[in-house]
Amino acid sequence: MTKKIGLIVNPVAGIGGRAGLKGSDSPEIIELAAKMGIESESRKRSEVVLTEIYKFRDKFELIVAPGEMGEDAAKAMGFNPMILGEINSGSTTSNDTEKIAMKMMDMGVDLLLFVGGDGTARNIYNAVNTSITVLGIPSGVKMHSSVFSITPKIAGELISKYFQNGMGTREAEVMDIDEELFRHGKVVARLYGYLKVPNLANLVQGTKVGGIDTEASIMQGIATTVTEMMKRDNEYIYIIGPGTTTRAITDKLDLESTLLGVDVLYKNKLVAKDVDEITILNLIRDKPAKIIVTPIGGQGYVFGRGNQQISYDVIKLVGKNNIIIVSTIEKLTSIKNKTLLVDTGREDVDNMLCGVYRIITGYRSEHTYKIK
Amino acid sequence: MKNKFIVHPYMPNSVPETKKEMLNALKVEKVEDLYKDVIPKHLRFKGEMRLPDPIFSEYELKKHVEKILSKNISSSDYISFLGAGCYQHYVPAVCDEINSRSEFLTAYCGDTYSDHGKMQAIFEYCSMMAELVDMDVVSYTNYDGGQASSSSIRMALRITGRREVILPKIMHPEILSQVRDYCKHVADIKFVDYDPVTGQTDLKDLKNKISEKTAAIYLENPSYIGILEEHGQEIADMAHEHGALFIVSADPSSLGILESPANYGADIVCGDIQPLGMHMHYGGGCAGYIATPQEKKLVQEIPTYLYGITLTKVEGEYGWGRALNERCSHGSREDANEYFGTECGLWAITAGVYLALMGPRGMEELGETIIYRANYAKNLLSKIDGVKAGIFDSNHFKEFVVNFDETGKTIDEINKRLLDYGIFGGKDLSKDFPELGNSALYCVTEIIGIDEIKKLVAALKEIV
Amino acid sequence: MGNENNKARKRNFHQARWNEPIIMEMGTKGERGILIPAVEAEVRAITGEIESLIPKGLRRKKAPALPEMSQMQVLRHYLRLSQETMGADFNIDIGLGTCTMKYNPKIHEVFVRSHKMTDLHPYQDESTVQGILEVLYKMGEFCKEISGLDTFTFQPTAGTQAIYSNASVVRAYHEDNGEGEERDEIITTIFSHPGNPAAASTAGYRVITLMPDESGLPDFEALEAIVSNRTAALIITNPEDTGIFNPRIKEFTDLVHSVGGLCIYDQANLNGVFGITRAKEGGFDMCHFNLHKTFSSPHGSQGPGAGAQGVTKKLSKYLPTPTIEFDGEKYYFQYNRPDSIGKLRKFYGVPPVVLRAYAYVMSLGAAGLKEVAEISILNNNYMLERMLKEIPGISMPMAEGVRRLEQARLSWEKLKEDTGVGTDDIDRRIVDYGFQSYFTSHHPQIISEPFTPEPVETYSKADIDEYVEAFKEIANEAYSTPEVVKTAPHNAALSTIADPEGLVNYEKFACTWRGFKKYIQP
Repeated sequence: MTKKIGLIVNPVAGIGGRAGLKGSDSPEIIELAAKMGIESESRKRSEVVLTEIYKFRDKFELIVAPGEMGEDAAKAMGFNPMILGEINSGSTTSNDTEKIAMKMMDMGVDLLLFVGGDGTARNIYNAVNTSITVLGIPSGVKMHSSVFSITPKIAGELISKYFQNGMGTREAEVMDIDEELFRHGKVVARLYGYLKVPNLANLVQGTKVGGIDTEASIMQGIATTVTEMMKRDNEYIYIIGPGTTTRAITDKLDLESTLLGVDVLYKNKLVAKDVDEITILNLIRDKPAKIIVTPIGGQGYVFGRGNQQISYDVIKLVGKNNIIIVSTIEKLTSIKNKTLLVDTGREDVDNMLCGVYRIITGYRSEHTYKIK
Repeated sequence: MKNKFIVHPYMPNSVPETKKEMLNALKVEKVEDLYKDVIPKHLRFKGEMRLPDPIFSEYELKKHVEKILSKNISSSDYISFLGAGCYQHYVPAVCDEINSRSEFLTAYCGDTYSDHGKMQAIFEYCSMMAELVDMDVVSYTNYDGGQASSSSIRMALRITGRREVILPKIMHPEILSQVRDYCKHVADIKFVDYDPVTGQTDLKDLKNKISEKTAAIYLENPSYIGILEEHGQEIADMAHEHGALFIVSADPSSLGILESPANYGADIVCGDIQPLGMHMHYGGGCAGYIATPQEKKLVQEIPTYLYGITLTKVEGEYGWGRALNERCSHGSREDANEYFGTECGLWAITAGVYLALMGPRGMEELGETIIYRANYAKNLLSKIDGVKAGIFDSNHFKEFVVNFDETGKTIDEINKRLLDYGIFGGKDLSKDFPELGNSALYCVTEIIGIDEIKKLVAALKEIV
Repeated sequence: MGNENNKARKRNFHQARWNEPIIMEMGTKGERGILIPAVEAEVRAITGEIESLIPKGLRRKKAPALPEMSQMQVLRHYLRLSQETMGADFNIDIGLGTCTMKYNPKIHEVFVRSHKMTDLHPYQDESTVQGILEVLYKMGEFCKEISGLDTFTFQPTAGTQAIYSNASVVRAYHEDNGEGEERDEIITTIFSHPGNPAAASTAGYRVITLMPDESGLPDFEALEAIVSNRTAALIITNPEDTGIFNPRIKEFTDLVHSVGGLCIYDQANLNGVFGITRAKEGGFDMCHFNLHKTFSSPHGSQGPGAGAQGVTKKLSKYLPTPTIEFDGEKYYFQYNRPDSIGKLRKFYGVPPVVLRAYAYVMSLGAAGLKEVAEISILNNNYMLERMLKEIPGISMPMAEGVRRLEQARLSWEKLKEDTGVGTDDIDRRIVDYGFQSYFTSHHPQIISEPFTPEPVETYSKADIDEYVEAFKEIANEAYSTPEVVKTAPHNAALSTIADPEGLVNYEKFACTWRGFKKYIQP
C-alpha cells in the first residue's frame, strides 16, 4: 500500500528571527517583518526536504496544504500533490495549520511533516496529539521542542529510512516560550505536550543495527532503580517533575500522574497532583524531600524550562544533594552542549546547582554529567 | 642480537627508508616525537622488558616451538579413555579444511555484505543444531558448555524472577564451579540427590526440594558419569507444576540416537559442541550452545548474538544480521544483565560442517557405535578381578564409572602404571566424589575399537 | 625503491557471489558425507542389541532433519561460502578499529594443528603435557614483563570474560576485607568497550559511567565527585577507543586507591603502547590482554580468542583455579587455591591461542614488540595526516591538536550534512573497493557518523595509501553521485539491500531455517 506523507508549511516561520524579533506568533510581528523586507525561510527549507524525498516519490502519495503552506513548494519541486483544505493566501494563521493538520490526521497520513518552529509544533500538537507520527523541519526562531530534525537534509534522509525500513517512534517534547515575556528578554518555557516522532536512536541504517535498548525497556530500568531507592529512603517526600521518563516511575508505582505537571509522592502514594510552587513549599516545609527531574528538550535544561513549579525556593529547601536526575542515554548524548543547564531565575541558586551529577540512565546504571 | 636492527617480515614499515618518508610527511624526526607529548614521562616504562632473545628466522622458530611441543604425548600417541567434558572423536578432514581457510579463520566482525558467507555458515550451524535438538532457536556460540549452562540458569532466574536453582549432586565439577561464580550474587543453589541404585535423579528428594521458590531444575543427560536419565518427563512436569524451568545439558553427539530433551519437556537445552568436529586442543575446542523454543520470553533472555535471517528484494535471496540486539542488556528486571564478547565462531562453522557431513544417518550411527563400544568395554572391564565397571544399574552413553576399591590401589597409581602401557586411564573421581570410592570415569568413543579396549583390559589385569 | 611499485591502485574488485542455497535445502536422501567405524559382530555378541542398551523412552523417535549430502558437495558448499567472506588475510583490514587486525603468521597454524596440540586431553597426566604447560607458564612470565604486574592466568576465553574475571576478583577482594556489601559500584568510561559495564553488572555491580570533558577524556572532576567508600573499582581503557591517551591516568588510579577501590586496566588497546607504558606505571592493580588481537591469533569469525588476565601480588590468590606453576623441574597445575573465584571455563582457557601468542613474542622480542607499538603509532598518524588533509567531509572531533596513538575515532558528520551520505552508507560502499566493512563505534555514539580505523603495524605505507585513496574517492562520490554510495554495496557477495525488519522485529525474527519456515515463510 502506498504510504501517505502530509506536508504543512508555516510560511511565516522564522521571519521574526531574522528581523531580530524573536518569533513570529502574532500578526503584528509578521507585518513588521514584512515591512522590513524579510522573506520566508520556510519555503527554502521545504524545498530541501522535498528534493530529498523526490527520489523515492513513487513510494508515497504527497498531500499538502494549499498555496504557500505547501502546494507552491511541492509543485516547484516537481510533485503533483493532492491538496487539502483552504486558506487565505497572504494572511494565513495558526488556525489554518491546526485545521489542515486535523484533516490530514483524519485521512490517515502515515507521516506528517511540518515546517516551522515551536509555535507551529504547538499547533500540530493541538490538532493531532500523539495519534499520528510527525516530524518537524526546523525553520523557526525558537526551537526548544525536541520534535525537529537537525537539518532539513537529514530530515529527508530520515524520511527515506522511515519508509524503507520502518522504525520505532518515541514521544518528544513540545515546548514553547511565552512570546511576550521572551521579547522582553525573559525566558519562561512551558512544556505543552508530546508529539510522536520517528525514533532517531533506533534509526535502522542499512542493516546495521546497534546494540540499542528500546526506549521503553531503558525507562523501565530507570524506574526500577528509582523505585528501589524510594523504598530504601522512604522518609522522603518525592517531587516528580514532568516528562515521559519520570512518568515511567509513577507508572511503575501504579499511580495516576500528571505528564505535563509536577506531582508529589510520599511513601509511594500520590499526595498532591499537578501542584504549583506554593503547594510544594507547604508540603516540604517540615519533611526531607527529593526532587526527581529529567532534562527537557534538546538543550538539556534540568530546571527552568517546563518545570518552573520547582522554583528556586523549592530547590534551595530541598538541597543540591537531594536532586535526582534521570534520563535515557540517547537523550543525554543528543544534548547539544554536552552539559546540562539550569535557569531558575536566581543566579545564586543556579551557581549552587553547578557541578557533577550522577544521572540515572538505566537499571543500576548511571552516567556522570555536569550542570553548568 | 636483541637490539640489533632488523627489517621484520611482519612489519613492512620497519624498512628505514619508508619510515623516514612517513616521518617526513609528519614533519617529525623520530616516532617518539609522535607520542612524547601524549604519554608523559612519569608513565613511560624506563627499562626494557626482560623477554627472551627473539628468534627471527621462521625455520629456527619452528625448530624451537616444535621442540617444546615434542615434550607432549598426545592422545593419538597413546590410547585415551579420558572424557569428562572433552572428547576425542574422529574429526573429518573436511572440518579442518574449512576451518583453516583464511576466509573464515581470519574474519572477525564483518557483517551482512562483506561477510555474507560467514553469516550464512553460522545460520546454517544454528539451523542444523536446531534439527538435532529439535528446537526452533539456537544461539550463536557461548564460550563453552559450562558458560552455556551458567547463562541458561541465569536466563531461568530472570524469567521466573526467583533465586533458587536445583542442580544434580553429581555434575561436572568444573561446570559447577563456573555456575557458582557466575550466579554468585543472584542464585541460591540446592542439590538433588541421586538414587543409590540407578544413579539417576532421586525423584522423592526432588519432590521435597522443589517449591514455588525454584527457578530451575538443571540436569545433565547423559550425566557427568555417563548415566542416561529416564525420568526426564516426570522431572519436567514437576518443574512446570511449580512454575520452574527445566534445563538440560545434552551432549550433542548423543542426539542422533537419543531423544532430545526438548521432547521430554526441557525448556532450555544447552551443552558443548566440542564433540561435533573439534579437536580437543587441550580443552580449547570447547564451545557452548543454547537452544530454546521460539518463545519471546525465552528468546529475549538469550545473552549472545542471534544471527537473524532477512529477505532482500530478490526473490529467494537472503541476508543475515545480528538480530534483536536490545536483548543483550535488558534493564528492566533485577540483575538482568549478562555480558558477552568474542565467543567461538570458528567452532560453530566447524560444527556445521560436521553435521552436514554426518547427516541424520551418520549421527544415528555415531550414537550407536559409541553405545555399543562403551558397553563392550564396560563388559570386559567388569570381568577383571577387583574391578567394577558401571557401578550404577542404568544405561550409559559413552562414559561409565569404574571402581577399583577391591584392588587396594588408588586411581592415581593405576593411571601412572597405565602410562607405561601407552594408555591414558579414566578421569580420577576420588577427590571430587569420594562417595564413589576409588573410582575413575572411563570414556569410550567411536574411535576406541576392540583392539584398544583389549589392550586396556590386558594392562589392567597386569596392574591390579 | 618501491615507490613506483606502490602507486595506490584502483581495483576493479568484485566479491564472489554464488547465490548458494541454504544447506538445509541441499542434498538427496541417502547420500552420505562421511562414514564412521562400523560395530563389529564380536562387540554385539557381548553387549546385545542396541534396543536393550537404551531406556525405552529415550530412543530418538524421529531422525533429525539434517541435510544428506556427499562429501564433495559439502566441501564445495562451504568453500563457496568462504569465498563470500572477507577474511583479514585478503584485504587491508584497517577499518576494524579496536580489533587490531594484524597479520596472523602462518607458521603458527602449523604449530596449533600439530597433533601435539590438537590431540591433547586436558586431564592427561601432567608428565605427558610438559610442552604445553611450559608454553602456558612462559607466556605468563612474558605477560608479567609486558604489564609489570605479578601473576597471570589464561583461563578467560576472550577479552570480555577476562574483564568479568577481573570484576569477580574485585568482588572476592572486597568480600575478604569485609566490604563486599558496601562497595557496590564500579566506575567506567563512555569510550570503554561495552563489555566493561556489562561484565561489571553481571558480577553484580552498579555501574557509573564517566562522560568525557572537552578534551575527549573522562572527566577527572567527575571522578572526584563520585568516588566514595562505595567504589569497588575503576575499569578504564587507555588509550580509549578514540585513540586519545589519558596523560592523567595515574591521578585517576591514585584517587580510586585513596578511597579503597581497585583499578582495572582494560588493555584491548595494547598494540600502541607495548613497551612504552604499562599497567604498572599507570598504577593499576589488574589488567587484561586480548591474545587474539594484540598477540596475533586469528579472530576465527569471532573466536575462540583468549584473554590474559593479570593482577598484582595481593590479588593473586583470587585468580581462577588452577594456576600453572614450575618447581624448577616440572610444570604443574595448582588446584589448592581456597580463595580463588573458581572456574570461568572448563579446563584451562584456549591453549592453542596462547601457543600462537608465545610464538609471536618469541619472534619479536622486547625491542620488536616496542617496534610494533611505534610502527602502529606511525602508521596511524601518517594515515590521519593524509585523511584529514585530503578527504572532504571527514574530521577528527574532540581534543584538537592532540595526537592519537594507534587508532582514532573520526567523523563523517560534515559529509553527511553536505551530501546526506553518512557513515553507514560509506561503510557499505567501502566493500565495493575490496575492503572489509569498518567499525563505526560502540553504542552510544558520542561522536556522530563515526568511523574508527586502526592501521596496525602489519600494513605497509602502500597499503595505507591505497586505503586513504579509496575513502577519498568515496567522499568525492558522495559529493558528485551520492546515490552510488547510498545504494551500495554493488560488488559484494550480497548486493541487494537486506530488509532489516527480521532483525529488529520479534514477530519477523528467525535464526534457524526451521524457525523461518515455521513462522516467517510457511
